[in-house]
Amino acid sequence: MYNFDFERPKSVADAVKALQTEEAQPLGGGQTLIPTLKQRLAMPSKLVSLAGIDEIKGVCKDDQNRLCIGGGTVHRVIAEKAMSEGFPGLTGLASKIGDPAVRNRGTIGGSLANNDPSACYPAAAMATGATIVTDRREIAADDYFKGLFETALEEGEIITEVKMPIPEASAYMKFEQPASRFPLVGVFVARFSDRVGVGVTGASESGVFRWTEAERALGSDFSADAVKGLSVPADGMISDLHGTAEYRAHLVGVMTRRAVAAAQ
Amino acid sequence: MSPSISLTLNGEARDIALDDPRVTLLDLLRERLALPGTKKGCDRGQCGACTVLVNGRRVNSCLTLALTLDGAEITTIEGLAADGTLHPVQEAFIENDAFQCGYCTPGQIMSAVGLIAEGRAGDDPERIREGMSGNICRCVAYHGITLAVQDATRSMTPLKKEDAA
Ligand SMILES: Cc1cc2nc3c(=O)[nH]c(=O)nc-3n(C[C@H](O)[C@H](O)[C@H](O)COP(=O)(O)OP(=O)(O)OC[C@H]3O[C@@H](n4cnc5c(N)ncnc54)[C@H](O)[C@@H]3O)c2cc1C
Ligand code: FES
Ligand code: FES
Repeated sequence: MYNFDFERPKSVADAVKALQTEEAQPLGGGQTLIPTLKQRLAMPSKLVSLAGIDEIKGVCKDDQNRLCIGGGTVHRVIAEKAMSEGFPGLTGLASKIGDPAVRNRGTIGGSLANNDPSACYPAAAMATGATIVTDRREIAADDYFKGLFETALEEGEIITEVKMPIPEASAYMKFEQPASRFPLVGVFVARFSDRVGVGVTGASESGVFRWTEAERALGSDFSADAVKGLSVPADGMISDLHGTAEYRAHLVGVMTRRAVAAAQ
Repeated sequence: MSPSISLTLNGEARDIALDDPRVTLLDLLRERLALPGTKKGCDRGQCGACTVLVNGRRVNSCLTLALTLDGAEITTIEGLAADGTLHPVQEAFIENDAFQCGYCTPGQIMSAVGLIAEGRAGDDPERIREGMSGNICRCVAYHGITLAVQDATRSMTPLKKEDAA
């Protein structure tokens, strides 16, 4: 690691102030950032730890039936609370991120800020039409994700909360790499009274996306059969040693059908 | 002035000054506090050799900056045995030959203690394997590890009345 200054603020306001230094960066659970620093792939002048800020931790339900998740909430707590608040699809997602030690430290804010093309939460955020709340504004999921590791976040902007509309039925299915448990392709399906959302992660070279064709088909018939004839083009899908673009495109269909079946 | 942290380490209150913010909990334990029981495998969160308990929960100490742990309660493999008596999980690992080279073992044992405290795996082997999935064993002692966690779970969890019948 290159050296850096370190601050431990207790409030969002103090953290935002501490982040005004050039090249300063927030530290969430460190499950992505610490390995990145160890490989010398980043050189922040200062790390601002969000771990001591209680106001961005915790999960509750608001009066619009949205799950409001503090940006500093760890995956384990999200898995527990989503279940008791009636959103088991999100529990399924959060309880399968990495392994128990990763889930005890890693946060949803860190995951959404990092926007790894294979991260799990972006699929749920897109499918449910979540709102990303920061220290300065609210951003709709559709406007938030900007491609691989790119988001709408500005320098020093902190994710304080994520508001996810709670679907009537939902499920997340990932075809995981057995070693890291990251999805090769992951699909989150969410059924609401008036629409269906389908978020796909791990597949596209431009990051998470909504499979709108499948959303329309499922909107009129929420069954695995309704998407049987649909496919996404292999063009623009990720190709790497884990799988070709054609394979990933195929998996998008398979995982969508499995997610719909699981959400029934 | 160098920043400092106060924590409880294996039951003992410690004030620790740190001259470098980059020190991870793993390096703090091994290099500065003479507690080398916690092992360094990958140093990037993938193997679980460095697992310790922070406030009773399993974490990878290699991915945790020491400075973020002010006020925390830390338990390492050195803190498990009480008054010269091995912890039931340690006993069970020996009983079941749950290791070969032993390098992953401190992490496995700490992870098992955390898993049993979570109380959700019970003695179901499939759930135990899933719950221990963050701890890799290069010697593939997984069979013995699963048996050991089953045994330890049974010896540490008082039998419910209906089970005893
Ligand atoms: C072994 C392993 C397996 C994993 N498997 C999966 C998996 O299956 N699926 C998956 O989705 N992820 C997986 N992850 C990643 C994990 O979910 C991380 O916890 C997550 O990506 C980052 O969260 P963090 O809190 O640790 O963030 P950090 O590592 O602290 O930070 C990541 C980035 O986000 C920024 N940041 C952090 N918090 C905020 C905030 N509140 N506001 C703004 N910016 C912020 C940081 O500056 C940094 O750029 C895995 C990680 C490991 C080590
Ligand atoms: S050394 Fe920490 S997980 Fe491998
Ligand atoms: S006993 Fe050798 S690595 Fe597990």
